Amino acid sequence: MKPDRQVGIVGYGAYVPRYRLPAVEVSRVWTGGQGGVPIEEKSVPGLDEDTATIAIEAARNALRRGLVDAQDLRAVWVGSESHPYAVKPTGTIVAEAIGATPAVSAGDWQFACKAGTEALQAAIGLVGSGMADYAMAIGADTAQGRPGDALEYTTAAGGAAYIVGPRERSLAYLEGSYSFVTDTPDFFRRPYRHYPEHGGRFTGEPAYFKHITHSVQALLEELRLEPADFAAAVFHQPNVKFPQRVAQMLGFNKEQIKTGLLAGQVGNTYAAAAMLGLTAVLDVARPGDRILLASFGSGAGSDAFSLVVTEAITERQALAPFTRAYVARRKQIDYGVYVRYRHKLEMH
Amino acid sequence: MNVARYWRTEKTRYGLVGETCRVCGKPIFPPRDLCPHCTEAGQDLRTFGGRGEVYSFAHVTDAPAGYTEYQPYTVALIKLEEGPLLTAQLTDVDQSDVRIGMPVEMVTRKLKEEGENGMVVYGYKFRPVMHE
Ligand SMILES: [Zn+2]
Repeated sequence: MKPDRQVGIVGYGAYVPRYRLPAVEVSRVWTGGQGGVPIEEKSVPGLDEDTATIAIEAARNALRRGLVDAQDLRAVWVGSESHPYAVKPTGTIVAEAIGATPAVSAGDWQFACKAGTEALQAAIGLVGSGMADYAMAIGADTAQGRPGDALEYTTAAGGAAYIVGPRERSLAYLEGSYSFVTDTPDFFRRPYRHYPEHGGRFTGEPAYFKHITHSVQALLEELRLEPADFAAAVFHQPNVKFPQRVAQMLGFNKEQIKTGLLAGQVGNTYAAAAMLGLTAVLDVARPGDRILLASFGSGAGSDAFSLVVTEAITERQALAPFTRAYVARRKQIDYGVYVRYRHKLEMH
Repeated sequence: MNVARYWRTEKTRYGLVGETCRVCGKPIFPPRDLCPHCTEAGQDLRTFGGRGEVYSFAHVTDAPAGYTEYQPYTVALIKLEEGPLLTAQLTDVDQSDVRIGMPVEMVTRKLKEEGENGMVVYGYKFRPVMHE
């Protein structure tokens, strides 16, 4: 897919909370320290953080890099599976905090881990149609896993924000995008339930691998590109192995996915996961670099994007904190503190 | 505080929006009816940059009702770069690392939740500066 009017990413920003829970802490409590762990450690939000506060900081960083006045944004869209309210948009809180209200559209998006890239597709459409000059798409989450469940090792918190704007003002312009979805019940959470249900091994083959390989292959065909044409590729990262394997299946090498693979250090940040990988890549990208972004959301689907970095990026990268600065800012906590921070304690 | 009051003070809490006195030109935070410097009544809105330093601080281990969820935490007087002094919680910092003169920056965080069925109140806090 490609809009009539050429568009690109004008600004981008990341955010990762400060606290880290090593995966061995989870296995110490639940498996007696036996068995392997899927990542090294995951980010944990502080007691005063939620999807709105995470989105606000990522959004402010995007505005700094974009040199865009918040009043010029016509959309502030937040994709998440952990919105603070069941009814009341996160988007209005973020739009107000960054100074984008009131001449702005601000809704929330829901599509498991690809809610953020779904918002990005829509922002591309909004700017690409000429309805708006600037639209912001955010992926942010404070994901929860049931205590002792396999997901508890990886469910993490983070956010990434992108301002879509005209190509001539972009740091990376869009070559094209593609979305591939099917009704696949690999992972879900019913209303009023705190923790999600998942299909175990079912989440791999017919869900993650199938949807990403289809979206990426279709995009590459449409654009007549080969994996070797890309300087970097970022895939949704629920753990470290899945993105490594899907990259290999598609013909991308380890070097291409290295910079954007953060899951080992921050865990699965859900709607932020692929988008945060892209901020890490953009932080060090050079003009001319072609970058692939491919998300995955349970339910299920994948959005794929091809971007080419412009000359403008070099003087903007340092205008906000680097993704790696957030990753390096870490305070390790144990399972007990984690239980308190994530409200897993029942007070009777 | 009721929902309407939260809403009226939202811009001040979310974006550090204060004022500049039209007569003496001094920055004012939070917004006031009369300038604290020259007592004139005319002011223009201005957004503060969010940088400052810790002027003084106190650790809170026995928090007032509504804030016990977050204890222990540190409350500080912050001197903004533009001049005004304001009171705010520090966040993302260990108590043993807090120092007078420590450079800090504004972040928007949860201040409190009005119970299970109530609203979430967001506002400014300050943390050690991450970015030069
Ligand atoms: Zn005055």
